[in-house]
Amino acid sequence: MTHFGSLRMEKVSRSFGRFRALRELDLEIEGGEFIALLGPSGCGKSTALNCLAGLLPLTGGAITVDGERIDNVPPERRGFGMVFQNYALFPHLSVHDNVAFGLKMARVPKAERNLRVAQALALVHLAEHARKRPGQLSGGQQQRVAIARAVVLEPRLVLMDEPLSNLDAALRLEMRTEIRRLHQRLGLTTVYVTHDQEEALSLADRLVVLRDGTTQQIGTPEEVYGSPANRYVAGFMGYRNMLDVTVTTGAGAGGDGGRTRVDLADGRLAGTRRDGAPDAGDAVAAVRPEDLDVAAAAGAADSGTDGLDFAVPATVEVVEYHGRELAVQGRLSDGQRVHFRTRTRLAPDDAVELTAPPERVLVFPREEAGAPDPPPRRPAAGETPDPKASEAVAP
Amino acid sequence: MSADAREGRPALRHRLAERGVDRTTMLVLPGVAFLLVLFCYPFVYGLQLSFQPAEGGGPFANYRTFFEDPYLRETIWLTLRLAVPAALINCLAAVPVAFRTRGVFRGRRLVMTLLVMPITLGTVLTAQGLLGYLGANGWFNKILTGIGIIDQPLGLVHNYWGVLASLVISGFPFSYLLTLSYLTGIDPSLERAAATLGASRRQRFRHVLLPLLAPGLAITFCLSFVLAFAVFPSAQLVGDPRGSTHVISIEAYEAAFQQFDYPMGSAIAMIMAAVMLVVVALVLTWRSLLYRGATGGKG
Repeated sequence: MTHFGSLRMEKVSRSFGRFRALRELDLEIEGGEFIALLGPSGCGKSTALNCLAGLLPLTGGAITVDGERIDNVPPERRGFGMVFQNYALFPHLSVHDNVAFGLKMARVPKAERNLRVAQALALVHLAEHARKRPGQLSGGQQQRVAIARAVVLEPRLVLMDEPLSNLDAALRLEMRTEIRRLHQRLGLTTVYVTHDQEEALSLADRLVVLRDGTTQQIGTPEEVYGSPANRYVAGFMGYRNMLDVTVTTGAGAGGDGGRTRVDLADGRLAGTRRDGAPDAGDAVAAVRPEDLDVAAAAGAADSGTDGLDFAVPATVEVVEYHGRELAVQGRLSDGQRVHFRTRTRLAPDDAVELTAPPERVLVFPREEAGAPDPPPRRPAAGETPDPKASEAVAP
Repeated sequence: MSADAREGRPALRHRLAERGVDRTTMLVLPGVAFLLVLFCYPFVYGLQLSFQPAEGGGPFANYRTFFEDPYLRETIWLTLRLAVPAALINCLAAVPVAFRTRGVFRGRRLVMTLLVMPITLGTVLTAQGLLGYLGANGWFNKILTGIGIIDQPLGLVHNYWGVLASLVISGFPFSYLLTLSYLTGIDPSLERAAATLGASRRQRFRHVLLPLLAPGLAITFCLSFVLAFAVFPSAQLVGDPRGSTHVISIEAYEAAFQQFDYPMGSAIAMIMAAVMLVVVALVLTWRSLLYRGATGGKG
């Protein structure tokens, strides 16, 4: 297996006319790493991948492999394998010849070529389909041929452009495991482009979150999921409630990561400041539904908010039964919607007190410079697997 | 139909639909009528006419005359000698030009308009242009003699070359447009995939684009050939209709409208059709050996 020590992208930029698709991406990839480029469509992730592959010339910056500049090297001489979103299999060639294509171009002797093709096809469980044309295969099989075609050359870097987006949900899960297995077995350095945060979290060693061509955060799945660098990443990586709050006690809390107290119309929460949250004034508190706990259910409302130091009163509006727990949509006294999960039995119009661990309440500045909010969405069932939810809701 | 339905029989529409005939299929009817009136009838009429020679001698007398007379027989060869190279040149020239113009670039419209323009000229105007430009006193020869490259004007019109030039000028836009549409039907990610697999520009063309384009090129060649084989006006105007460009359509014209021997004219027309069919059948047989499926990325 050919490995490089590291690949560096320095201030890599690409513009199309006036439109800046990718702005100054800095990334260092270690040999053997699995990197995911993550973001919504139009964020520049595919542009970054095509720049890496050599299919798009850069308009700024440099790409080096072990100190050697490669951004002017044509794609056919970079030695990077690529898996395309639409598979891009050669329709006139058999599965065997598709996989053998790169070896043929590299003038590998026929005996060795056939052996390596057979191995690659066995690796993706397609040995018996070698003589078929791509058109005779299912989508998942075609994708596996595309992967075999890219890895048979043992490239120093494999680029994958949303390889699973054309597959149905069940196949997508299966192929995800397959890709992870191949990566573990072959140790191929991989850059994987996706808009699906779940895919990125489950596959990658490190994630690059992009938006509008700018890098938002680079980190391990734990870092990006648990400690988002800014409000955008917080909203993009799994569902979070974005509550408008007022920071009241910033004193002594210091900068990033400091504890602070945030007030809502009724009640208050203890939170953690992120990304230059203000010492006082308007801010946004991001809390995952599963991090909100119901402290006091109906009946305890008599004691009022004053009974708890850090709690927010809410009225239950919609309750969905999700097996192990209930997904609840509630409303705060000032009208803000809040989603939370609980194993306490609740009914619409119940009054509850919500609390959350301070380290899970992330406080971000209210206004983000020139950035639109990510599209609002509801948390999908099972989108954020909750380790606490191990038992069914008590009847 | 409603009466049928009341009696419990399915409506005509439903009975037809059961056999895969719906109202959309009816749209072929005008086309079929056209074909019957403008192709089938004249063809059958001409065919039977060709077996009734004006001067007797049995039904095959016209065909025997044609193949026994070397002057007449020769016309097949003279026409093929023009039509095959013209069709080949048109196809081969269309590939690189279509290649360069398939992408999006500034001025693409202008370039395409210029390329397709000769269609609008018509053969007569083209012939006039060729006579004026390539003739013994045309600019081309004047410039060459003026610079001193040649002493005598080149004979470029009133011979084989003049007709070939005319056929290329009028046939190229068709081949170009056809080739371009075949080429743009090939998924561009196939070429990019080939590049990431280490194929150079030449290898990408040879191993990916050409195999996918070849069936289209075969069709382009056939159409181009059929157009060129029926060459008539340019063979008269810029050719040598008594000699090297005495093509088969001229012979048919002369038989029918100068000697008023319609049966002989019909026989020649039938021979013409047969020769075209043979060439087209050969090309299509070759094509049937090629891959002809989808040219998109996903099969």
